[in-house]
Amino acid sequence: MHELGVTQSLLEIATRHAEQAGATRITRLSLVVGELTSIVDDSVQFYWDLIAAGTLAEGAMLEFRRVPATLRCANCAHEFPLSHDRYVCPRCESSRITVAGGEEFYLESIDVDLPAPV
Amino acid sequence: MPNIPIVETILNVNDQLAEQNRRIFDQAGVLALNVMASPGGGKTSTIGRIIDALRDEARIGVMDGDIVAIDLEGFAAQGIPVSLINTGGNCHLDANMVHSALPSMDLSALDLLIIENVGNLICPAAFKLGSHINVVIASVPEGADKPYKYPAMFRGADVLLLNKMDLAEYMEFDVAYFRHGVEVLNPGLTFFPISCRTGEGLGDLAAWLRLRLAEKAQARG
Repeated sequence: MHELGVTQSLLEIATRHAEQAGATRITRLSLVVGELTSIVDDSVQFYWDLIAAGTLAEGAMLEFRRVPATLRCANCAHEFPLSHDRYVCPRCESSRITVAGGEEFYLESIDVDLPAPV
Repeated sequence: MPNIPIVETILNVNDQLAEQNRRIFDQAGVLALNVMASPGGGKTSTIGRIIDALRDEARIGVMDGDIVAIDLEGFAAQGIPVSLINTGGNCHLDANMVHSALPSMDLSALDLLIIENVGNLICPAAFKLGSHINVVIASVPEGADKPYKYPAMFRGADVLLLNKMDLAEYMEFDVAYFRHGVEVLNPGLTFFPISCRTGEGLGDLAAWLRLRLAEKAQARG
């Protein structure tokens, strides 16, 4: 249920940028969500439909780009997807591994309508 | 259709509030701990042992994110200042909940504030509270695979406790497998195997916290 706060934050960021640009409506939000962030798309969507109502972003589409969690081998620099049972490099079997990606969570861009030029 | 590039982190609002909390703790010269674990991992027991070990040398307060005050009543009976952050069944504490509870604690009368988070290895990892030290407690009966299943929690830890070590021999707990998972996620993480029942490792934990308190006192001048 922590997606409610996250969704409010999302709406705040999107409307702030839309207002700065003088937009009349937000039609789409492009989000980048790493696998390690424990954010559930369906939950965000559920809250979004409720809280975006009556705002610039009412009816806007949420587009989620999921970034898989990846690990990097410190020995041979090979990057590979995280598997949840074994943290070992599949190429060289080294166990010197670090996290390379999957912690992203940001609003990448929004599509907006601008007022027609006069 | 015009596209506006943004690239702004979505948890920003919580992070900003967490920074505000941090400034409040720093101004009061209080060291703040955020204690996270599964339900039944030993958060309350560990906090009790920390209080036993340090109460003669540090003024300690406890904030607890919970739906009932059971855990706090024992501490309050010992004269420890306590504050219940009623989470109403929420799955984690966030910076705003802690902020709202701050007026109920006299920070100027404390050296150490221990914040007990909601029992959960997933959600609390995403929400900074403004604490100085994230304490993560895993426990032997949960199994050695926890770092592999809940990577974000272990990645955000500043110190890791493995509780209920007195059960390790009965549970065939693979400490090497557990520690390897942790090392990948959080290289060099400070680690104490402990048992709240037998007292194993608690002296080392107390000594480590004593150093952190001394650093805080030095920063205070």
